[in-house]
Amino acid sequence: MAELKYAKDGHLIFTKEMKKEYKILAPNMLPIHFELIRNIFVNEGYDMELLQTTGPNIVSEGLQNVHNDTCYPCLLVVGQFIDALKSGKYDPNKTALIITQTGGGCRASNYIHLLRKALHKAGFDQVPVISLNLSGLEHNSGFKLSLGLLLKLISALLYGDMLMLLANQIRPYETQPGAADQNVTKWIGILAGYYKKSSGFSMKEMEKTFRAMIEDFAKIPFVRTPKIKVGIVGEIYVKYSPLANNNLEQFLFREGAEVIVPGLLDFILFKFDNRLVDIDLYGGNPVKYKVVGLLKNYMLRAQKVYIQTLKESGVFDAPADFETIKKMVKPFIGYGAKMGEGWLLTAEMVELVHSGVENVVCAQPFGCLPNHIVGKGMIRKIRNEMPHANIVAIDYDPGATKVNQENRLKLMLATAKDRMQEQEREQKKTRLQVRVKEEKEPIAVHE
Amino acid sequence: MSYRVGLDVGSTTIKSVVLDENDQILYQSYDRHMAKAREKAVALLSYIHENITKGEPVRLAVTGSSGLGLSQDSGIPFVQEVYSTQLAVKRNFPDTDVIIELGGEDAKILFLSGVPEVRMNGSCAGGTGAFIDQMAILLGVDLDEFDELSLHYDKLYTIASRCGVFAKSDVQPLVNQGAQKNDLAASIFQAVVNQTIGGLAQGRDIEGKVIFLGGPLSFFKGLRQRFTETLRLDEAHAVFPENGQYYIAMGAAIYAESTEEMSLADAVEQLKNSAKKTVQTTIEPLFENEEEYQEFLQRHNAIQVPYLSPETYEGKAYLGVDAGSTTTKIVLISPEGGILYEKYISNRGNAVPIVREAIQEIYRQIAGKPITIAGAGVTGYGEELIKNAFHLDFGLVETVAHYTAARFFMPDVDFIIDIGGQDMKCFKMKNGAVDSIMLNEACSSGCGSFLETFATALGYTVETFAKEGLFARYPVDLGSRCTVFMNSSVKQAQKDGATVQDISAGLSVSIVKNAIYKVIRANSPKDLGSNIVVQGGTFLNDAVLRAFEKELGIHVVRTPISGLMGAYGSALFASRQGLQESTLLSPEELEQFTHTVSVAVCQHCENHCRLTVNKFADGKTYISGNKCERYTGKLKQQIAYNEYEYKYHLLTSLKGLKNGKGRIGIPLVLNMYENLPFWHAFFTELGYEVVLSSRSSRELYISGQHTIPSDTVCYPAKLVHGHMEALLKENLDMIFYPCMSYNFDEHAGDNHYNCPVVAYYPEVIDANIPAMHKTTYIMDYLGIHRRKDFEKKAVEVFSKYFPVSRAEIQRASDKAYAAYEKYRNEVRSYAQKAIAYAEENHFPIIVLAGRPYHVDPEINHGIDKLITGYGAVVISEDGIPLEKYKRKVHVLNQWTYHSRLYAAANAVKDYDNMSLIQLVSFGCGVDAITTDEVRSILETDGQIYTQIKIDEINNLGATKIRIRSLFAALEERRQKRAQSE
Repeated sequence: MAELKYAKDGHLIFTKEMKKEYKILAPNMLPIHFELIRNIFVNEGYDMELLQTTGPNIVSEGLQNVHNDTCYPCLLVVGQFIDALKSGKYDPNKTALIITQTGGGCRASNYIHLLRKALHKAGFDQVPVISLNLSGLEHNSGFKLSLGLLLKLISALLYGDMLMLLANQIRPYETQPGAADQNVTKWIGILAGYYKKSSGFSMKEMEKTFRAMIEDFAKIPFVRTPKIKVGIVGEIYVKYSPLANNNLEQFLFREGAEVIVPGLLDFILFKFDNRLVDIDLYGGNPVKYKVVGLLKNYMLRAQKVYIQTLKESGVFDAPADFETIKKMVKPFIGYGAKMGEGWLLTAEMVELVHSGVENVVCAQPFGCLPNHIVGKGMIRKIRNEMPHANIVAIDYDPGATKVNQENRLKLMLATAKDRMQEQEREQKKTRLQVRVKEEKEPIAVHE
Repeated sequence: MSYRVGLDVGSTTIKSVVLDENDQILYQSYDRHMAKAREKAVALLSYIHENITKGEPVRLAVTGSSGLGLSQDSGIPFVQEVYSTQLAVKRNFPDTDVIIELGGEDAKILFLSGVPEVRMNGSCAGGTGAFIDQMAILLGVDLDEFDELSLHYDKLYTIASRCGVFAKSDVQPLVNQGAQKNDLAASIFQAVVNQTIGGLAQGRDIEGKVIFLGGPLSFFKGLRQRFTETLRLDEAHAVFPENGQYYIAMGAAIYAESTEEMSLADAVEQLKNSAKKTVQTTIEPLFENEEEYQEFLQRHNAIQVPYLSPETYEGKAYLGVDAGSTTTKIVLISPEGGILYEKYISNRGNAVPIVREAIQEIYRQIAGKPITIAGAGVTGYGEELIKNAFHLDFGLVETVAHYTAARFFMPDVDFIIDIGGQDMKCFKMKNGAVDSIMLNEACSSGCGSFLETFATALGYTVETFAKEGLFARYPVDLGSRCTVFMNSSVKQAQKDGATVQDISAGLSVSIVKNAIYKVIRANSPKDLGSNIVVQGGTFLNDAVLRAFEKELGIHVVRTPISGLMGAYGSALFASRQGLQESTLLSPEELEQFTHTVSVAVCQHCENHCRLTVNKFADGKTYISGNKCERYTGKLKQQIAYNEYEYKYHLLTSLKGLKNGKGRIGIPLVLNMYENLPFWHAFFTELGYEVVLSSRSSRELYISGQHTIPSDTVCYPAKLVHGHMEALLKENLDMIFYPCMSYNFDEHAGDNHYNCPVVAYYPEVIDANIPAMHKTTYIMDYLGIHRRKDFEKKAVEVFSKYFPVSRAEIQRASDKAYAAYEKYRNEVRSYAQKAIAYAEENHFPIIVLAGRPYHVDPEINHGIDKLITGYGAVVISEDGIPLEKYKRKVHVLNQWTYHSRLYAAANAVKDYDNMSLIQLVSFGCGVDAITTDEVRSILETDGQIYTQIKIDEINNLGATKIRIRSLFAALEERRQKRAQSE
């Protein structure tokens, strides 16, 4: 059995021996993306499992093991881990946990520490926790991010975003319910095959695969009917995780809306961009600037390809690229606002409304600090500029009830429906006017 | 066109409207549904089917917060209630500009003219109708009386309006202090108005024709008056439709036009069928069967207390009074603890006459008998008032009273939990002294009175309601949060088809979970102790007691006088003080007793506390409402050192340059409470006059309230809006309030961030106060943590606003860094001097550990003065030398201000007479991390951890208990140490 070793800062190290013997449990924030990422790690020799558990026990473990005023995502992630460790399904002496750590000024950078405290409280001191971060916050001999691995992970983000976007755009209109989701599952399998052969992540291969995915999804029979479009933005975990947001996407889908969820790549780009902005604003290491700049540019190039293939399809709507939405948000908030989702959250709202998705759900944990600024704090300004923005801020926490949340969502949907009908009437009117004009003009020619 | 039926099922009521072919109202109804929404809906629809529509097909739609669930289960069309309101108003008053609608728990504003917009209260904003209900119960009057009272007021008190629980914390002390009911009733309505305008309209003006809807606005004339006066509306522009409470239902009926025709009989059937699903729950029944319950009763009934008859008893007797928040408890005992008299009675808004009656009753019972009252003690919220009114001998802090009582029943008790009407208190004992105290915070103060309010709302007494839950099969999981959340959890449960029994049991479990996980923050029973005494009126409920034992998995002791323990402890305490005779008023004096109340504003300091002056028959007065100890006679010695006052004075005495190149305004808020010396020196050197925003106050806060976008952000951040309004009135050239991700790097942690709110609040100001765009608002991102870079970047930044050279910036920057350094040194050396002073004079030292902005008296509510009033020296966390006390912590130590907390906690163990009190602003997310860590540092070092949560509420009652308990515990420790030496 692997020996327990501790780093200088006191954390239990995930060692090379552990890599061979241990199962790594990971939270499942975004079902598609995280499945792809898991496949990559499995190919790197890690025995990794995504926690799929739900149920009241998770919240209850969370409440018991972290401070109740801590943000909801932390409570859920910790609760889910402890619930899993207590379930008897895993050998606590051969299980490790993995969690991301961004290193920003928000509470989220502390999740790993709160998780360790909780493990200690619950009697799982022997369980190592791996920090997945790009800031060099913690090191583990048995867990290293190489450049190759990093590139693979970036490709997984893009593929995940692509599958999510395609499925979201087709699902509300498909004539055979379930077809889009079947395609998603199929493609996760195909991509796992690529990763097994250590291929599929070069720019060229990505382009090819994007096209194949788009083509495949375009084949799904669908009928376009007028539907309310609703965008979802927010604190990253609550925005994506059905466990945290009470199946928000599913609720909106059932209410007959088309759901638009901005992708994960922008968030990663944002985190890289922050480091550059920091140096721009306050000064800093020029070498670091260059290295970060290179990685960011690589992702920007990949995003261009991603958007280009979508545009060429003629079937699917392509999102705006990172630099464009960054420009769009400039009149609203400074680039220095980087904690949590920072200016990106505002930017996503602005971009959605600008692109015609006027209805937006801003989902956040109750009392989320950055969201006081970049979410709720910016709604008024956005409405001043774009009066038809129909934004509803929804708080999530263990005490918030679905009925209150759904009631507010329903109000947003009712307003959206009115607006849609109004727009339809306006369109009819303009069409009528155009027709009248057209009828008049030929006469004029005859004269 | 056929009949159209609209059904509005709210959180507490059910309303219906039937429209005929000509849009005329054929029928309308309004009932409370007593948590039986489904049954009521079935009955109502059946009645309409039989008597109104007489079997004709109808078009039907349901609306309302509880209507959503009914619709989902039964398939009856649903329309969101705000939307249906709009439909009804547009039909009846097409020229409406704004709709204000208050319901049982929701508050909404709809702007119809211009760009239509809808605002609805967030999940933390609490109720309005339900809130008024609660307040009426608190004042001990029915709703009609309440309304009538509110029409004849003399003065308005400021009452926290954000959430019902908070308001209650404001109202309760006023009630206890004897404030007039008519003033309170009007103030409560005003709070509702402020909340609606401030919290909901958020800066958008309410103008034009305003329609007021919903139950409370239909019923309460006083509330209408407050609204029209505050909004300055004349009769033509303030419309209160006669049938306002039916509008939502009417809107649903109008909406029904677009739905399919159906048979009402079918709808009733669908509703009935939908009830047959089972409720999912993870909570076991409290009792499986009657035997279990009997066994439980037997165990608890075994503990007895001796009762004595005043007819036969001879000797000394001792009086104990517990003047609680909602109830008053009175006992008379023998020196051995035998009970001669007991009384547990609701305050009905004023404890004074109740105590008088009770003492008179006691005097009647012992008249002519050989019994003398040899001592009298009082504890609880109303301690000082009652002590002064009736001349009791002792006033006790609650912890001491309860510990004294608990020890009587269980000498080795190591944990006491008391759940009363409004507060929850837990004390942990170690070595015979109170080791730590846990009180519920402002936000979760639901407790017992919540159970009572809920029972009343559902048409039960609290006893019968709790009993209902004993054998519930599927107790509902209602979460462990504040009452407002519980309200909506109950709504959810009703929607899911839970029975009253399930809800009752769920509420009991909830109260217990709230205590264990929110207040005590325990992981296992072992954390509490092995000998637990439970008490307080709420534990008289078998359901709550059972839930507590089940949750902990152990047996606990409930004394037979569970609700009287505070009074009993006070009497026991009095009996041990060796008095021969009590100073208690004599029967004759009680006969002559009068009590009048007037109000005044204290002029002794800038706090300008609102005082309640109680005058008694003997000419004595008792003044309350003040933050300090000025009028209580407890002011021991004048303490010369209070670092909070010192720092505040240092900052506010920084004067601006006269005849400068221009005037630049700086709001004294958040991080400015520390960075001001820096920026002041900087701009002064550049030749500008620095103008500070005015002193914080409740009025200043209210002046900026309407632009606050997030009602859950901390109070220090909310205050920024008021400060900006104040600066905007100054006619300045510029306002300076920069964004700062980073703070100074003090090399005490892993990083040196500001928290997100401090870092970026200037963005919120820019986005939400339109007037900022009419002035030059400098809010650029600046990094003073890198001095050389700062000097370079500052030239770029400030050149955008005024001509400035590199050399000028260089000089200004040098001055700025020097000024900041000087300020920090002054703060540190002051702390050193204060420590030396305390040691010399044997005064205790309290490190009041918070953030720089906690020196704002409006934020700390005078807690610093309160502490010095108790004879302790106050130093602040930034007075502790970081390099000496930095300590490895188990969290990511990445915020500059918070690193200081850990160092301060670390320093406490080095001084015999030093303790730490952590100040935490409600809503501070970062403190969710720091509080546990600070506690763990202190407890590892064998110190007592005390936390005080502060918000916009300025009630110091709970704070006083905490501080006095801490001093009592320290004193006991000191005596123990002295004994052992």
